Amino acid sequence: MASTIRVRAQANGTNTEVQALIQHPMDSGFVKDSNGVLIPPHHIETVTFTHAGKTVLTANWGPAVSKDPYIKFSFKGGAKGDDLTVTWIDNLGKTDTLAAKIA
Amino acid sequence: MQAASVDFTAKDTTRRATLRLLALLGVAGIAGTARAAAPGWPEEAFRQKSQADALKLLYGKPFEASDKVKLDVPEIAENGAVVPVSVSTDLPGVTTISILVPENPFTLAASYTLPEGTLPAIGCRLKMAKTSNVIAIVESGGKLYAATKEVKVTLGGCGG
Repeated sequence: MASTIRVRAQANGTNTEVQALIQHPMDSGFVKDSNGVLIPPHHIETVTFTHAGKTVLTANWGPAVSKDPYIKFSFKGGAKGDDLTVTWIDNLGKTDTLAAKIA
Repeated sequence: MQAASVDFTAKDTTRRATLRLLALLGVAGIAGTARAAAPGWPEEAFRQKSQADALKLLYGKPFEASDKVKLDVPEIAENGAVVPVSVSTDLPGVTTISILVPENPFTLAASYTLPEGTLPAIGCRLKMAKTSNVIAIVESGGKLYAATKEVKVTLGGCGG
């Protein structure tokens, strides 16, 4: 299966700009399905971005983050060809990870 | 008679033990299915319905409004399911950025931990149940600074 994570990381010499898109339902637990049954909460709790063995961002998310979450941030350093690893864990204990190359 | 009584006690103990074991299993079972919280995820803070409680659990200190915190949100969001929110600041030594939506079922929407070297600017997309303030809290040098803006929501994004 293709990864649930899509990352674009671009180094401009001083900083690296990261944009990530994760495929995830992010069910809040307040929405009912077509039969009127509540869809149980299913959302990402943490996303970690690591570069060169160092965490560059930890995101703690509640169910209020939109479906198929998007996040954008920048960090100092990072060079073209470096690995940027993205890992998420959701409330059901599911997880996915992806190592992307900085462009 | 004596033997019967002993037998009774023995049975009773095993029954009690079994019950205790079942109770323990039950508790563990519930905890197991409901919770497998990711390490470091501030679960309690995310479960709070009031802004004060969520902030108390997350930071435990008061915040002050600051124009150095820039909160970029749309004035009107047609679709509450996808509201772009970005927070940035000129403040130095930023360690965390949190975003709260007080009118949502759970106040705290997202909380970011920024190690040294990460720029204090985050963009993401949130769900909003209805028209509400959006509050961005920035922790800089151990102090909290906030910016608040109202977003009018025409179509709620938390179902119902």
